[in-house]
Amino acid sequence: MRVGIPRGLFYHYYYPLWKTFFQDLGAEVVTSASTNRRTVERGIESAVDEACFPIKVYYGHVRELCHQELDYIFIPRLVSVEPKSYICPKFMGLPDMIKSGLHELPAVIDITVDVSKTDRLLKRDIIRVGKIFTNNKNHIKQAYQHGQYELHKCRELCQGDYNISEAIRLWEGEQLDMPPNYDLNIGVLGHGYALYDHTISMNLIDRLRKMGCRVHVVETLDREAIEQKAAEIPKRVFWTLGRKNVGSALYMEERKEIDGIIYLACFGCGPDSMIGEVIECKLKAKPFMMITIDEHTGEAGMVTRLEAFCDMLRRRKAVSDEGYISAHG
Amino acid sequence: MKVTFPHMGNMHIAIKALMAGLKLEVVPPPSISKRTFELGIKNSPEFACMPLKLNLGNFIEALENGADTIVMAGGWGPCRFGYYAQVERDILEGLGYQFQMIVLEAPDSKAYDLIQQIKALGENVSFWEAVKAIKYGWSKLNALEVLERQFDYYLPRARDKDRVEMIYDGAVVNIDRAGSKTEADEAAGQAIKKMGMVDLKAGLPLKIGIVGEIYTMFEPAANYDIYRLLGRMDVQVSRSAYLTEWLNDHIMGGYVKKSNRKNLIACAKPYLNYEVGGHGLETVGNTVHFARRQHDGIIQIGPLTCMPEIVAQSIIPSISEKEGVPCMTLWFDELSGTAGLSTRLEAFVDMVHRKKVPADNHIKEA
Repeated sequence: MRVGIPRGLFYHYYYPLWKTFFQDLGAEVVTSASTNRRTVERGIESAVDEACFPIKVYYGHVRELCHQELDYIFIPRLVSVEPKSYICPKFMGLPDMIKSGLHELPAVIDITVDVSKTDRLLKRDIIRVGKIFTNNKNHIKQAYQHGQYELHKCRELCQGDYNISEAIRLWEGEQLDMPPNYDLNIGVLGHGYALYDHTISMNLIDRLRKMGCRVHVVETLDREAIEQKAAEIPKRVFWTLGRKNVGSALYMEERKEIDGIIYLACFGCGPDSMIGEVIECKLKAKPFMMITIDEHTGEAGMVTRLEAFCDMLRRRKAVSDEGYISAHG
Repeated sequence: MKVTFPHMGNMHIAIKALMAGLKLEVVPPPSISKRTFELGIKNSPEFACMPLKLNLGNFIEALENGADTIVMAGGWGPCRFGYYAQVERDILEGLGYQFQMIVLEAPDSKAYDLIQQIKALGENVSFWEAVKAIKYGWSKLNALEVLERQFDYYLPRARDKDRVEMIYDGAVVNIDRAGSKTEADEAAGQAIKKMGMVDLKAGLPLKIGIVGEIYTMFEPAANYDIYRLLGRMDVQVSRSAYLTEWLNDHIMGGYVKKSNRKNLIACAKPYLNYEVGGHGLETVGNTVHFARRQHDGIIQIGPLTCMPEIVAQSIIPSISEKEGVPCMTLWFDELSGTAGLSTRLEAFVDMVHRKKVPADNHIKEA
């Protein structure tokens, strides 16, 4: 049996788990190609105009998979991946949105991941999905445990400055080279499914690396320290990724070696519009730049902004060796 | 302590009554004007949705008028409304205002918790006084709802629409002034009697259902008075939500009134199978509900970039196809204009009308 996994949204966080799970149950796993112009075009064509860019791209990935004789397509409904936190309303309705927007879909496997109160529902759903492939409950549980083990292994790979998406490529056996020289340390924040996708983020991270920056992302920082910092906000942020971003921003503000922070927001993203404001209010001593992207963003404009930001940081560094200079000019 | 709160349609009337019962001094924000918009837009994050901008404009104007305490609702997601109070407090503090903010978190369906929260708000109020205050506010909401339903009925049918609007506006003011439940009910009753005497047109008007995000549906400034625009086009509007129903389902935990929510969730079933935060599931449920209740068309309204409504918008075309009812989605932001809105509404109403009247009744064109 062939199961398709679209290479978008939470692919960038959970692919090792999903792949191992389905492979252990004896399915062949097929993914769509990494986001390219066709994907984007198809996505824009099928999704509603008001959806955010990553959602549109996801439609494109699903459509690509529709053409490859699949038995099933895996579209998870991610409600919450940890207690008392959510992802985003769009993720909660994703399978229904796709089913109503795209016809000629293969059968959809829509597992509901909702551990906001208990993980009982999730466990039941895993068994339900596993039963498509086998009747052996123990086998299903083992496959899921193996998947979690692989996911953990993959996340360990992030230690060496790799973001989670690059870690997935390493996990799959690819070789990646890091530019060895850098003179700036930049924290880059945002939703991973936008930030780590080369087409959506227009290669933001690699561009910064080429400009001589060492890039720090949420996954390369100390997890517990981030959570501690995030807890300092008067009201707990109830979006998982949003909370991590706020925590990371506050954590990086305290780290001397970080020269500046960039936040990549998607146009129309609800959490970004609030989180960006919270971060901007809280950051006092570090240069901060917010870049908003959508399908119309031009590459040249983005490169100019990145170059200007780096130049500014270098100058600031040169001056601050002599004395203090304010972050606000 | 001078208390203020954000506007949402006619809710200020009920809140004023409630606060009076709690022996608090109230400074309601001036009704939403162009200046409210401007203040809100200038000081809010650019990509925040419109309710936040209007809330902020309300607060600034109320603080200018001498309020020193803001009462705001909270929530725990996933809709971004739950984080409004936090961001608004940061922004207002950044602007240098001195105030205290009280955030009422919706209880986990325990009416007792809510009454406790409201009691804590008041100054030396006993539990029963708090209950009485809530009842008083509630009775005004009920009177307003009865009035609104009749207004929606008479406006499309009346020949003299200005008069119906005048009666309605006058009655709203009277209910606001009323000192007791009986007075409020009487004000509504008299207005309804007056509306009944207005000269009516023959024939049945078109029936269009309005579904969508809650703030946009309740606040005329946020929907550019879409109900009256449609009423003036001889369209009878079915509102998918009234304040009493919404408060009952979401704040009072369904204790006060019989709830229609279960039916809505059942209606949404084949199309949307899970809660998506905000009002998304209700929007889908109401669309199906209206379609099955022989409505001629359905309009979804919401603030631009509203996440739950985007989910609903993606699903509505398939409902439209399967249930055979024309649907349209309208997004509102601070740049929407009434002229563009009326043109789109007129086109939609014309289209719906043609679909309804059998083809041979049409006058041949050219």
